[in-house]
Amino acid sequence: MTEPAISISGLHKHYGDLHAVDGLDLEIPRGEVFALLGPNGAGKSTTVEILEGFRKRTSGEVSVLGIDPQSATKEWRHRVGVMLQGTSGRGLLTARESVQYAARLYPNARDVDETLAAVGLTEKAGAKPATLSGGQRRRLDVALALIGRPELVFLDEPTTGFDPEARRQFWGLIESVRGDGTTVLLTTHYLDEADHLADRIGIIAAGRMVALDTPAGLRSRANAAHISWVDDGVARTEQTATPSAFLRDLLARTPGEITSLEVRHPSLEDVYLQLIGETQRAAADPSADTEEVAS
Amino acid sequence: MTATAAPPTPTWTSMTLARLSVELKEFFRSREQMVFIFLFPMMLLLLFGSVFGGEEIAPGVTFAQYFLAGMVASGILNTGFQSLAMTISIDRDEDVLKRIQGTPLPATSYFAAKVAQVLLVSAVQVAILIAIGVVIYDVTLPSDAGHWGTFAWVFLLGTAAATTLGIAMSTLLRNAKSGSAVITPIVLFLQFTSGVFLVYTQIPTFLQHVAEIFPLKWLAQGMRSVFLPEDFAAAEARGSWELTTGAIVLAAWVVIGLVLAVKTFRWTRHDDN
Repeated sequence: MTEPAISISGLHKHYGDLHAVDGLDLEIPRGEVFALLGPNGAGKSTTVEILEGFRKRTSGEVSVLGIDPQSATKEWRHRVGVMLQGTSGRGLLTARESVQYAARLYPNARDVDETLAAVGLTEKAGAKPATLSGGQRRRLDVALALIGRPELVFLDEPTTGFDPEARRQFWGLIESVRGDGTTVLLTTHYLDEADHLADRIGIIAAGRMVALDTPAGLRSRANAAHISWVDDGVARTEQTATPSAFLRDLLARTPGEITSLEVRHPSLEDVYLQLIGETQRAAADPSADTEEVAS
Repeated sequence: MTATAAPPTPTWTSMTLARLSVELKEFFRSREQMVFIFLFPMMLLLLFGSVFGGEEIAPGVTFAQYFLAGMVASGILNTGFQSLAMTISIDRDEDVLKRIQGTPLPATSYFAAKVAQVLLVSAVQVAILIAIGVVIYDVTLPSDAGHWGTFAWVFLLGTAAATTLGIAMSTLLRNAKSGSAVITPIVLFLQFTSGVFLVYTQIPTFLQHVAEIFPLKWLAQGMRSVFLPEDFAAAEARGSWELTTGAIVLAAWVVIGLVLAVKTFRWTRHDDN
């Protein structure tokens, strides 16, 4: 069990001149919940789909549960759960029938009714996708990804379109999966989701990993505080690494009350936007948009 | 959730049967499949049979009887070719195939389940068509093993050709939205030229030659050899049922379909690589 769940080195995926993934290195140990973040077109989905065995890479080494996913076997599929991006409302099987069918493909499948209950679909077990809400369909997809008791599960933008309550329920579900020792690789656009669920976060931009750290580690990267106030009806802001010194000075030179005074420490989102912004400024070609290819 | 004695690993057969059950449910629950694939030949048989059915096209053979053989052949083409080409290309466009690829289901299980679904649906469909022919249009069923033997191989070869060509066509259709616009004219053209809607010998000779290239003409003629009186063979284009030629052409299309299906098949959309 010391072998990592996922190991990537020097991964490249080119579409003609477009370098969707441009030299990616990453190691994810067993049992970790890892969140991959990045703007649309950054190469998230391309990377995940290479790991899932759907896409061929241009170059680099990839090992998922000790196997090159490009030559995925049935036995490897037994150990890997996949939840694709997006969902289809066209199916004609009920939720229970879909899960029952999937359970028949795995050697050590979870109990169908327990799994439906875990994703909160017990009452909708007899419903077909057309009558399920978008969030319910995504939860069915989660059930299908988990039914085979995978050692590793890929969740590609699992909570897009969820209302806040459904998202909270989903987080609880992922926490229980983590409790079973399952490795989770999740892509998301929601910083709070990554912050809440992930042991580590990788931020990817223009096909490269621009940051790889724990949520707390990422947050601590930005030490500049934002101070904002209103001076004579004009909104002012100051970004400083020494907010106390700045405030002392501000208070000394301002008689009376300062309007709308606020000191804000950077959120994970600020760090994220800053990192992405730096990459985008650095990139000579800002129009690279590989996610269109993937979606 | 407690671990019990090692549960059995699913076998190829158990997975194929699980998939077959899904395929059958999806076919019979789909209104499009039921109306346009399953019931359509029966509705046409009743419609054309009641309008033109009484006309004798040869002594002792009515158009309805001739049309029955054509509709049996068409049903096989509908259920194998038309239905598979459409449903698989839609499944590919909607990432259903990609989802299947992400599970342990072997590709051979997927195809075996599709073939078994087509065989079962076609068998039921053909049985109902024949029953309509017997009850309403005085078709006499053959009573000897020879004719039923012919029926069996024509049915199996025809289904095999239609199925493999349907799977191949599903990949050649670059997107599912254009599917019916491409498939329907092909099927209609074949039906008009292969002795289904019109008596084969009454269409222009050059169209007969075009139809001879494709499987439907041989499928329909083979079915006529089963359900029409023996002496009708003299009224066929070459004065015979030409069963050997039919078998060769159908078998050739099975091979062509198989090669195309295997060489071109993909689980993901054409724009997804």
